[in-house]
Amino acid sequence: MVLEFTPEAQARIREIVLRYPTREAALIPVLYLAQDEFGSLSTEAMELVARQLELPLARVLGTATFYTMLRKQPVGRFHLEVCRNVSCYLRGSDGLLETLTRVLGIAPGETTGDGLFTLDTVECLAACGSGPALQVNGEFHENMTPAALEQLIARLREDGTA
Amino acid sequence: MNATNHLLRTAGAGGDLASLAGYRAGGGFKGLRKALLMSPGDAVETVKKASLRGRGGAGFPAGMKWSFVPPPDGAGDRYLVVNADEGEPGTFKDRHILSRDPFRLIEGCVIAAWAARLTRGFIYVRGEFRQIIRDLERALEAARRAGYLGSRVLGKDFSFDLHVHPGAGAYICGEESALLESIEGKPGRPRLKPPFPAVRGLFGRPTVINNVETLALVPLVFELGPEAFLGLGAERDGGPKLYGVSGHVKRPGLYEFPMGKNLRELIYEDCGGILGDRALKGVIPGGSSCPILLPGEIDLPLTFDSVARAGSMMGTAGAIVIAEGTCMVQVALRIARFYAHESCGQCTPCREGCGWMARTLARIEAGSGQPEHLDLLLELCDQIQGHTICALGDAAAMPVRALVKKYREEFIRHIAEGRCPAASP
Repeated sequence: MVLEFTPEAQARIREIVLRYPTREAALIPVLYLAQDEFGSLSTEAMELVARQLELPLARVLGTATFYTMLRKQPVGRFHLEVCRNVSCYLRGSDGLLETLTRVLGIAPGETTGDGLFTLDTVECLAACGSGPALQVNGEFHENMTPAALEQLIARLREDGTA
Repeated sequence: MNATNHLLRTAGAGGDLASLAGYRAGGGFKGLRKALLMSPGDAVETVKKASLRGRGGAGFPAGMKWSFVPPPDGAGDRYLVVNADEGEPGTFKDRHILSRDPFRLIEGCVIAAWAARLTRGFIYVRGEFRQIIRDLERALEAARRAGYLGSRVLGKDFSFDLHVHPGAGAYICGEESALLESIEGKPGRPRLKPPFPAVRGLFGRPTVINNVETLALVPLVFELGPEAFLGLGAERDGGPKLYGVSGHVKRPGLYEFPMGKNLRELIYEDCGGILGDRALKGVIPGGSSCPILLPGEIDLPLTFDSVARAGSMMGTAGAIVIAEGTCMVQVALRIARFYAHESCGQCTPCREGCGWMARTLARIEAGSGQPEHLDLLLELCDQIQGHTICALGDAAAMPVRALVKKYREEFIRHIAEGRCPAASP
């Protein structure tokens, strides 16, 4: 399937390209736009970005595959990213992960069968003073406890199935 | 030592600092107005005299860095790059400034641009700060409309524009030359130096790269004057400093003091001591790459030079406090695994060595460690450190070496018993 950007996204791309002296420099911002628009960076989405910026596909692939936040695979409706680095570990991040694997029935790197939740571990989120921390779709949840996390999951499940 | 409130404040006389009106009403842009009355050369001298040292971890004098940029050649843009890729584990200070006091950062950027005669800038914000990126774009637009950015800043014959560039989840992009590659749209692989960015940086043009906290302090240098700014600090370190404390303390969080705050006092007085009144086991003083200090080593002022004399580094001044009962093999494993994950892979000692360290520590942790693993770990540290293009390899080797050496008995017991002698965490 050949993908296209919406007119709004195209206007945004024109604006982004103007900030830089090379089209290549617009690559990461435009890859984010494609990811937001199509959910993940499929081969078709990367081909579209290459066409749009008039860059070789290899350049787009080279950059897209280097950065973990540029996702080549789709994620569930709620993307849970739990910090496992030292400061959060000292404050109990292992307990958060145990809670999530138990409540959701999935291991890190997996998505629930209903497509609602994807669980990932991540490295430091710069929330060390308020750890343990996780992000849900990029939004911070800090000073988490297993109990608060179970409530959060219940709330998200309600939102997701409503 | 009394706390200061220059960087930690979230509200000024005019209310919320995150709004342009609030920032201005609270006295914002006073430093910029003073700087614009000086010649660019005098503005650089002012920052040199204030002895403002880079808050990103290396402590390099900011004014000196600005003076390395060659004079304008008329051949194109000259860049300011703000390193807002805050990612060193244990560090959470720039996130505060970016979200609560963005105009102070913007003001500092405009002063830096005036002083070093820069024409365009990018704030490279780590991708995980999604809300901050959106809010910062709005703040920049407000500053542009009010005449603080764009052509003829505040009516002067001086143009400077500033944009946000998002990172995408690669710690290595906090390394300045990898960061430049990333803005250029490439994988973040550090460049060989020389040439240094001051001469050939972003898009091959002269470039100044400073940390968020460094630039956010620049307005204060001009508001207070360089003598008063220097007087706030200690030794050769001017100004106030944000200190982060995480891990096993009763009140973790950000604290602000004049440079030179005593680490023991910070932990036992300001942070209320160790969680659950356990005994202290060690402190990583400035982000995960800094060698750990034993309880007997923490009675020292936090300045770049003093922590270096104690055999570690102040780094980003994000201290990780570890209580007795914590498994140091786990701590070493988390650190090594992080650097192995974040190695860009272009230098063999770092690419292979960090993974080897992490796998070795994982074996010890899992109970299948061998006595020779300790010397292997130390050997790997020696083979990595100093043998790579950038400092990521050093950042991995230094903390692992310190943990293995300072807690050697615990590592030996962990290997001999095939399990952790401590109840973690």
